[in-house]
Amino acid sequence: MKLSHIDKLESESIHIIREVASAFDNPVMLYSIGKDSSVMLHLAQKAFYPSKIPFKLMHIDTTWKFKEMINFRDETAKKYNLDLLVHINKEGVANNINPISSGSKIHTDVMKTQSLIQALDKYKFDAAFGGARRDEEKSRAKERIFSFRDKKHRWDPKNQKPELWNLFNTNIDKGESVRVFPLSNWTEIDIWQYIYQENIQLVPLYFSKIRSIIRRNDMMIMVDDDRLKIKENEKIEQKKVRFRTLGCYPLTAAVESDATTVEEIIIELLESKYSERQGRLIDNDQIGSMEKKKQEGYF
Amino acid sequence: MDIETFFQNQNNKKQLKILTCGSVDDGKSTLIGRLLFDSKNIYSDQLSQTKIESEKYGTQGKQIDLALLIDGLQAEREQGITIDVAYRYFETKKCKFIIADTPGHEEYTRNMVTGASNSDVGIILVDATKGILDQTKRHTFILSLLGIENIIVAVNKMDLINYDEKKFKDIISSFKKFSSEFNFNLQKFIPISALVGDNVFQKNSNITWYNEKSLIDELEEISLNEPIEEEIFSLPVQFVNRSSSDFRGYSGTIISGKIKVNDEVQVFSSKEKIKIIKILTPKGESDFAIKGQAVTLTLDKEVDISRGDLLCSVKNHNYFLSDQFASHIIWMNKEQMIPERNYIFKFINFQTIGKITDLVHKININSFEKIASKFLNLNEIGYAKVALNKNTIFNAYKNNKKLGSFVIIDQFNNQTVGAGVIEHELRRASNISWHQMSINKNLRSSINGQKPCVLWFTGLSGSGKSTIANIIEQKLHKLGKHTYLLDGDNVRHGLNKDLGFTNVDRVENIRRISEVSRLMVDAGLITIVSFISPFKSERKMARGLVEIDEFIEIYVDTSIEECEKRDPKGLYKKARSGKLKNFTGIDSNYEIPSSPEIILETKIKSAEELADEVILYLKQYNKI
Repeated sequence: MKLSHIDKLESESIHIIREVASAFDNPVMLYSIGKDSSVMLHLAQKAFYPSKIPFKLMHIDTTWKFKEMINFRDETAKKYNLDLLVHINKEGVANNINPISSGSKIHTDVMKTQSLIQALDKYKFDAAFGGARRDEEKSRAKERIFSFRDKKHRWDPKNQKPELWNLFNTNIDKGESVRVFPLSNWTEIDIWQYIYQENIQLVPLYFSKIRSIIRRNDMMIMVDDDRLKIKENEKIEQKKVRFRTLGCYPLTAAVESDATTVEEIIIELLESKYSERQGRLIDNDQIGSMEKKKQEGYF
Repeated sequence: MDIETFFQNQNNKKQLKILTCGSVDDGKSTLIGRLLFDSKNIYSDQLSQTKIESEKYGTQGKQIDLALLIDGLQAEREQGITIDVAYRYFETKKCKFIIADTPGHEEYTRNMVTGASNSDVGIILVDATKGILDQTKRHTFILSLLGIENIIVAVNKMDLINYDEKKFKDIISSFKKFSSEFNFNLQKFIPISALVGDNVFQKNSNITWYNEKSLIDELEEISLNEPIEEEIFSLPVQFVNRSSSDFRGYSGTIISGKIKVNDEVQVFSSKEKIKIIKILTPKGESDFAIKGQAVTLTLDKEVDISRGDLLCSVKNHNYFLSDQFASHIIWMNKEQMIPERNYIFKFINFQTIGKITDLVHKININSFEKIASKFLNLNEIGYAKVALNKNTIFNAYKNNKKLGSFVIIDQFNNQTVGAGVIEHELRRASNISWHQMSINKNLRSSINGQKPCVLWFTGLSGSGKSTIANIIEQKLHKLGKHTYLLDGDNVRHGLNKDLGFTNVDRVENIRRISEVSRLMVDAGLITIVSFISPFKSERKMARGLVEIDEFIEIYVDTSIEECEKRDPKGLYKKARSGKLKNFTGIDSNYEIPSSPEIILETKIKSAEELADEVILYLKQYNKI
């Protein structure tokens, strides 16, 4: 018997998840409801089977996620009896920060980055799992699996601790933390293959369906609720679309697709010319913008 | 395409971890860019983003700079160099590749070591126009040290030397010459041009004299030795799984061999034998599991097993349970490695305090000569003896990489400062056991109604340590207590007269004094130590040698300005004029204690008053 590439990735991720549970006092898994988070959650369940996952999950809710995401989140938490925290930046809500009039940059900063930092401080988590993968984006390709954050949650890309073999430095001082990325070495196709093989349930938004969309800035944006004001020159169309990644609905572009099953998505992916983060408006504010966001404390 | 066939193919693909290394500007990032580009693993939005960046930062004129696909940090793109390891993923029909792109600059060697530690194959790039450089040698040496068995020397930029066969052959022979003592299983030489693409994926007609495989074909054919069958089973226990019900399982990743239900195994540290009842693999419950799988095992009886233990087959093997070993060490921090200083040593599932007791030699990376040295600087490699505070399970790195590797962590700032590969066990310590004497510390000190302790004075030169310490000793003497005062200057006339004032010597100075004060505490004395003792690390070491409540750290808080004004021995004046080197506070660091038991502020109170404070403290804590 030989382990396949996916088997190796699976065991590597489980090893990382167990290491965190062993070495830290108060870890949390950041659960974003997306496909990578679903895979990460699935791996965490395997890591501790037959026991319950020995840490909490947390969703940073910007209040602008697709309705279907929130439903899926709550159903999943109920189904697996998960210890799920939901954190919303109440100040941001009070100041009416939103992706439409505040712009993607401010919205992301206040409702995601600052909100995450608030929550980490509030619950005093010393390790936070994230579902990011190195193949997603160039600055992520440079990040350690155990990525140190100072007391202000900042990442210092030029001063990362060397990470050799699979010996992870888990020593931190009070108030400091690490972000841990168990899916670092997975690629998008690996994730989909695993979802298929393990029959992992996903938010239906990943699968193609007729949805109400408008076209804005060369992107197809789904009309998820009436907070998205339709401008005069825009009209609502019914299109067969799906999403390759999920975020705040006004910031996440749909792609035209006929893929309604995981198999069809994989085939579509193999033929695609575009990366999955292409549908994310926030990455392209400026060159190196992901690196900047990460330095400030972003996921 | 049929999806099941696709997955079948995917699952049959070999996973290969490779790293590219070599000197600066040898074209590592360009080669990876080429590999991604030619294997069609780049999306068009990434490509168009790279085109925009090429115009801004590119080094290839109007052409797209493939290196910019890889260099992920802003500073890297601006400076046109690679600083940190980047991981990249691409696949071909036969292989799934994980590439570590590592920096070529000497100052980032530690990042190259990081990349190498997890790789199966090393691609060493050599710039055909420049030939073998120091970094080529350094990287080749590191690959050999880290046990990488397969290397490919890719002689790049062949287009710039008109595909000259003779120059290529010259490079091969000089490479072979310097690397003759390294043990690589497979060593191949390929002439390439990453920029143009010659011999990367496609064989190119430009190089008619080269009849062997292209780089990618060579990589795809490398077979990794995974001799699971012959290996003995071992699993470092990572996590104990105890659910609320009666389940108790031991989790970890199998690092060698395989295991079946009903196999008898042992807990290595206690040699207790147990039987495997259940094996929970990522794929569910199974009759067996193999190397690489993260599993949970249940056993036939309750035994004491925790994180740090090793479950392994009962058969004979060459693991060690010891507190000393010899190893190669790669230093990765700007602050130099100092022998006898305490650091954290982290192993696969265990960490403990330990120290490097002897640096046997360091290695000149260009000539591979062994040179005597007291310390290691950033990016230097040495051979050293290590002593740990606790017994640890390990193996020689060449036998088992997972049990033979460790990292060294600074116990104050938690930086990963070094890494090591174990060569062999040292038995010294276990042969000398501690004799239990009939008269002990408590009996000795009870005669005159005192509890032994160390009053450890620390502070700048001229801060008033010795003056206050002297008054305290007089006061204790009057009270009929047995004391001894160890003074920095006095000890340097005898016990420590062979030591100077470099950081290395300062550490050794304090180590000896700490040991002496431990003996004195054992003798039942109230021991007063008056040394500058500038480093937190050594004060912590001294503290660790006695019982928790026996160490009283007293920080004599006098500002450097005040000390310099007093300058009782005229030393500050000398130091300022450059006549005295390594003077604490001037050109050598003083680390202020973060939580001393007592702080004495000399600006506010007299030496007499401060001495009384210390006496009061001793009374309050029932020392006298």
